[in-house]
Amino acid sequence: MIKGLPLFPEQASTVAGQVDALYFFLIAVSGFFALLIAAAVVIFAIVYRRRATDTAPRPVHGSTALELTWSLIPFGIAMVMFFWGASVYFTMKYPPDNAIPIWVTGKQWMWKLQHQTGRREINELHVPVGRPVLLTMTSEDVIHSFYVPAFRVKQDVLPGRYTTLWFEATRTGRFHLFCAEYCGTQHSRMIGSIVVMEPAAYQQWLATSPTAAATGGGAAAADGGGKSMAAQGEALFGQLGCGACHQAAGGALGPSLVGVFGSEVPLEDGSTVTADANFLRKSILEPQAQIVKGFQPIMPTFKGQVTEEQIQQIIEYIKSLKATADNGQGQG
Amino acid sequence: MDAPETPKNYLTADYSIKSWLLTVDHKRIAVLYLVSITAMFLLGSAFAAGIRLELLTPRGDLFTSDTYNKLFTMHGIVMVFFFLIPSIPAVLGNFLVPIMIGARDLAFPKINLLSWYIYVIGATFAMFAMITGGVDTGWTFYTPYSSWVSHTNVTATAIGIFITGFSSILTGLNFIVTIHRMRAPGLTWFRMPLFIWAHYATSLVMVLGTPVIAITVALVGLERIFHLGIFNPQMGGDPILFQHLFWFYSHPAVYIMILPSMGVISELITCFSRKSIFGYSFVAISSLAIAFLGFIVWGHHMFTTGQSVYTGMIFSILSFAVAIPSAVKTFNWTATLYRGSLSFEAPMVYALCYLGLFTIGGLTGLFLATLGTDVHVHDTYFVVAHFHYIMVGGAILGYLGGLHFWWPKITGKMYPDGIARTAAIIVFIGFNLTFFPQFVLGYMGMPRRYHFYVDEFQVLNVLSTAGAGILGVGYLLPMFYFVWSLIYGKKAPANPWGATGLEWTTPSPPPTDNFAQTPVVTEDAYSYENLPVPTRASAV
Repeated sequence: MIKGLPLFPEQASTVAGQVDALYFFLIAVSGFFALLIAAAVVIFAIVYRRRATDTAPRPVHGSTALELTWSLIPFGIAMVMFFWGASVYFTMKYPPDNAIPIWVTGKQWMWKLQHQTGRREINELHVPVGRPVLLTMTSEDVIHSFYVPAFRVKQDVLPGRYTTLWFEATRTGRFHLFCAEYCGTQHSRMIGSIVVMEPAAYQQWLATSPTAAATGGGAAAADGGGKSMAAQGEALFGQLGCGACHQAAGGALGPSLVGVFGSEVPLEDGSTVTADANFLRKSILEPQAQIVKGFQPIMPTFKGQVTEEQIQQIIEYIKSLKATADNGQGQG
Repeated sequence: MDAPETPKNYLTADYSIKSWLLTVDHKRIAVLYLVSITAMFLLGSAFAAGIRLELLTPRGDLFTSDTYNKLFTMHGIVMVFFFLIPSIPAVLGNFLVPIMIGARDLAFPKINLLSWYIYVIGATFAMFAMITGGVDTGWTFYTPYSSWVSHTNVTATAIGIFITGFSSILTGLNFIVTIHRMRAPGLTWFRMPLFIWAHYATSLVMVLGTPVIAITVALVGLERIFHLGIFNPQMGGDPILFQHLFWFYSHPAVYIMILPSMGVISELITCFSRKSIFGYSFVAISSLAIAFLGFIVWGHHMFTTGQSVYTGMIFSILSFAVAIPSAVKTFNWTATLYRGSLSFEAPMVYALCYLGLFTIGGLTGLFLATLGTDVHVHDTYFVVAHFHYIMVGGAILGYLGGLHFWWPKITGKMYPDGIARTAAIIVFIGFNLTFFPQFVLGYMGMPRRYHFYVDEFQVLNVLSTAGAGILGVGYLLPMFYFVWSLIYGKKAPANPWGATGLEWTTPSPPPTDNFAQTPVVTEDAYSYENLPVPTRASAV
């Protein structure tokens, strides 16, 4: 319905309509109050303009009832905005379980993306229409921000940790992808596109060999032609000698990684932590920071030995290590 | 022309350069600030003109990206730290706070002079940084870009801001002590003009908040020099920590800019309506409420950083809370007009234009406090438009309105009222044409700090640049007729507007000691019913 209006962005995700509805509500409320005040000022300016025969106006010192009224009414309206806004925010923040995972690395000044199948892209992200997509993102250098106006979503991309963003595209087409956090000289050139495809076309696109697609960055050599991210992670796991300690059976120097992804892990200090991507990444780079209960702090850091994208591959591999192989999707 | 008979006032007391540079008279220090702040405003405006010209086309064909980034950074730094924050407190506040409370000077006159020197030294440092390479981090200095990636003069600029912060702290301290200790007999707290309340609240923010920004920029400087890693994730630091520290000051800093202008507007609206302000104590207390609440809403700048959903919710609800006292003030100003006797000299026109811009700025703040819409418009031109409406629309119109109101008092000269009213309207039109399209641009999705942009944003950018041209004319006009008035302006009477307030009981310009005898206050502020209604102040 909005499409025909000029000066309004395209609406191309499930959340976009919710954001726009809230936006129109806010415009209606703001418009009402702005006009109310403007009208009052203009009318008073005309009606009560000073006349030659003026006597001093009768002072009106105030009215507590009126003050309370015009404090409480805005307060009530503000609470409606707050709860409505928070509920849309909840929708934006909690992805559905069946979202397709995609990994994003921001870097001055490009977006690097990896699909589970191992296919990689730069500044262009292909996704299917009508399927939720979950991005797990980090930065190699400064703070960036992943922003797709047509989807009404935005998430800062931070060095040193993962943030996530999900969306479900509702229309096929090509949409702007901007970097919204100032990141240096070429900030405004750090733009790309989201290409939303029909599911069949997307499957076909995914199946294309990643070596045929544009790859770049320092880690290009690690691209095993046509190998999935998990398979590439497995290869790295072997090369780096991780298996020497992290044996599947457990009882070795390090904890077993089978089924660890997403589980609650007890730590030496008595607390527990969810073994999500952030925890795994940190355990690879700063293994002494959080020690799993029952193990010695003997793991060396792998800082400098793996790129951000390789860490993502290793995490994908760890994710795939499940006692029951129910993670069929994307396995090569 | 009639100089020989003119009694000595603070301007004519002594003409030597030394008497100005070593003065401890708060009024002369205010004039020193006026001159230096105007210079900084012109510089910041020149940067703004460069930015708007560049954005006429999406191609970035006027400057290199590097130059463009430095332009918007230096525009932000100059305008925020060296113009908006000191503008009303250091110029109008310095001049008026002692006179309005019936004191001979501020509590610490020498510290007041020191704060001007600190300001000049800080500004000089920042200028030095700009001349020798510039800064490209944005005025927000987000780490880790500022702390270890940018190769520009971040450290020198940080030192400039660090130094300038002390000027702000000293001014705030001076005002707080003065207002507490030096009020004339009979001037109880709830008889004080709202301008004084606003400056009291502002001073609290200055004293409590400024040390935090000083520490924050100092940490960035130290991190750059000694590679400490506080904000560097590769060394175990936290880049988001900087944002918490930065906004803990910089959100309240918005109130350093806006609260004093609210104080000015309260004075103007009552004077030109000839009515006591509606709900005096609500307006007075709301200044303190805004100052307090301003300290606990910083996290609304960080809804997209990945902070937890619940943190976001807390900062969202607190941000709505700060909207209430602001709304109350707007309603009170409007209600003050009701059944008044309104006249429209230039200060009043500025005040009414302020009401328009402040309302738009305040209401669009709701879009940013609301979590669901903030995510989309955060870091876009919507935010740029919003904070310009509040910080520039609000603070500058308050500053200009106040300057027009008290110019006869400060200089003893009247300026031409007709052209001044026209200038106010030009500023209002130019301002709206410049910044209103930016709300639309922001919702369309144009991120801020973009040198290149996609073609579909061009029409709105052209409108915005055209508006900036008009706005520029509106800003330059007062500079001409104010200077003109110094030479050709009619001599100002003690109270040209028929206003209440102790400052109007002294001659224009006031003598060095302000009052021959300490005044005794016997009535509430804005007792206009006891004053005769003047005929239209005949300027020039």
